[in-house]
Amino acid sequence: MDLAPQAPMPATTRPSALSPSLRGWLVPVGSVLAGLFAFGLFVAAIGHNPLVVFATIAEGGFASSFAWQNTLLRAAPLILTGLAVALPAQAGLVVIGAEGALALGALAASVAVTPIAAQLPSQLVPLAWLAGGLAGMAAGGAWYALIGLFRARRGLNETISSLLMSYIAIAVFNHLVEGPLRDAASLNKPSTLPLPSESMIGSLPGLEVHWGLLLGIVACLLAQIVISRSTWGFSLRVAGGNPRAAMLVGLPVGTLIVLACVAGGASAGLAGAIEIMAVHGSANASVLAGYGTTGILVSFMARHQPLAVIPVAVLMGGIAAAGSLLQRRLDLPDATTMVLQGLLFVAILAGDAFRPKDR
Amino acid sequence: MSVDALLSVLIAVLGGAIRVSTPFLFVSLGECITERAGRINLGLEGTMVFGAMFGYAVSYHSGSAWVGVLAAGLSGAVFGLVHGALCSLPRVNDIAIGVSLIILGLGLAFFFGKGYIQPTAPRLPSIELGAWSASPALRAALQVNVLFLIGLALALGLGWALANTRWGLRLRTVGDSADAARALGLSINRTRIVATAIGGFLGGVAGAFLSLYYPGSWNEGLSSGQGVMAVALVIFARWRPMGCVRASLIFGGASSIGPALQAVGIQAGYHLWNAAPYVLTLAIMLASTSRARASIGAPGELAMTR
Repeated sequence: MDLAPQAPMPATTRPSALSPSLRGWLVPVGSVLAGLFAFGLFVAAIGHNPLVVFATIAEGGFASSFAWQNTLLRAAPLILTGLAVALPAQAGLVVIGAEGALALGALAASVAVTPIAAQLPSQLVPLAWLAGGLAGMAAGGAWYALIGLFRARRGLNETISSLLMSYIAIAVFNHLVEGPLRDAASLNKPSTLPLPSESMIGSLPGLEVHWGLLLGIVACLLAQIVISRSTWGFSLRVAGGNPRAAMLVGLPVGTLIVLACVAGGASAGLAGAIEIMAVHGSANASVLAGYGTTGILVSFMARHQPLAVIPVAVLMGGIAAAGSLLQRRLDLPDATTMVLQGLLFVAILAGDAFRPKDR
Repeated sequence: MSVDALLSVLIAVLGGAIRVSTPFLFVSLGECITERAGRINLGLEGTMVFGAMFGYAVSYHSGSAWVGVLAAGLSGAVFGLVHGALCSLPRVNDIAIGVSLIILGLGLAFFFGKGYIQPTAPRLPSIELGAWSASPALRAALQVNVLFLIGLALALGLGWALANTRWGLRLRTVGDSADAARALGLSINRTRIVATAIGGFLGGVAGAFLSLYYPGSWNEGLSSGQGVMAVALVIFARWRPMGCVRASLIFGGASSIGPALQAVGIQAGYHLWNAAPYVLTLAIMLASTSRARASIGAPGELAMTR
């Protein structure tokens, strides 16, 4: 099994024209530039000036406080869905079903928060958020545990199983939102019971962006420390890099795989829970906005390094935020940003050919 | 449920099995060829959706659904070429490339497809195999599309070619042992690129069936994972083309349960029934893999089973 053994590489000495650590940075940056160049060609081919399009993306994503707010609102879930791909990747797994785990996390939070918040005095409402967050993490983590178990016990390919399970989770989401959990008052757009507005998570001081952004950043910091500083993280990377060697030295490879999946699922579930508690208020179709899919790209661009996930998520959030400006000003369809994402993704993966060898 | 309702559900599932199985059949045959050469192409999901859009657009402009099918296939072959060429680079992971091509394929399809959601394109014709029956339900169920029959013939031909031709031997050698292929002086990458391109062509045709016959229009929610499920179908088919026919019929049937129940007025659990093919896929994959041994009949070079 040689699936994406892209665990972070230590900067070892190796004969090469460029030092490996330098190449380790040059290649991803070069790949991103190649992807942007391909997008420029695409845009030019359909009769737009690439420079104008890039400038519009920069303006729509990053040029004003309104643009930044829009960008960071999207970056918040993207950090967590990126982490949902990056964490299993430490164990050498390509798990891509974050959209489904996000859906289940959103459902769990939408069910858990309202009754708890109703019992609490207003100063203690953060306890309800804690419960909602934990419920989301539990739902996403449990769902991903299955993916890990299938992989560890049956050797089932985790990429395919996670994608299939994502479709199943979304079907369950639709079933519950349109059926048993539907708020009878939601006529045109089936939704679960909305959270009372006073129990919604508020904004960070001085920003129009909710606390979930900070939570995601903290999660990335923690993940990076655990992965690069703890024994557990080291075992995980050994298991991901060379499962046979890991088994020979007595590492519990199966358990590590399951735990890495649970951590990833919990992260995606938390993303869904925060979307409910801070943005949407109830679970409905607009919660499933493709953050799980974009998270795959975020993690691959960040080379599955939790710290790098943060800036990449902000970049991707900005590109997504620019979609509406592209539509309004240049009359480009909203799928334009998806084309850019796809080209960037292909370029990043093709760049693997030019990376220094892992072993 | 009354006997009549049960019967009409069964007939609808039978009809659905034939109708819904056609895209499954083409995309799984495409995946089968690709995997027999030793690579997995998850990107067929994106290829299908792009093929659906492109086939619909070309059918609209040319006035011929068959030109649309051909165009969809050619666009799929281009995606296959890209996948095959990228995976020929050293240390590039075929599954991850597939995921990126899903996103790119969907993005391009939605980008160019915006203008084709409204207009009506000429559709593919069907053959009335149920003309003998007095029951309108049965007649509707036995309206068989020509592409289904072409798919059957293709599966037969492909099975024969894999076993009996020089080309089939070459494909199997490259897929089973790159070392053996190298020793024989075969060009591994070229064989795999050609196989992936043919696989992409079939994936594009599968997409054209979606937009040009059933459901029969272009919209962004057209494909729902058939390209991903194709990987599981091929495992279930034990990498044999005729196995793909059987697997596709079963999956087509499973996918039609929800709509068939809805047609007789049973709404409960509609979305859950829609999940039936995914659950089935997962169950089949779980049953056919094990940690101890590679799947029976799997090509030796496949990353998934190594």
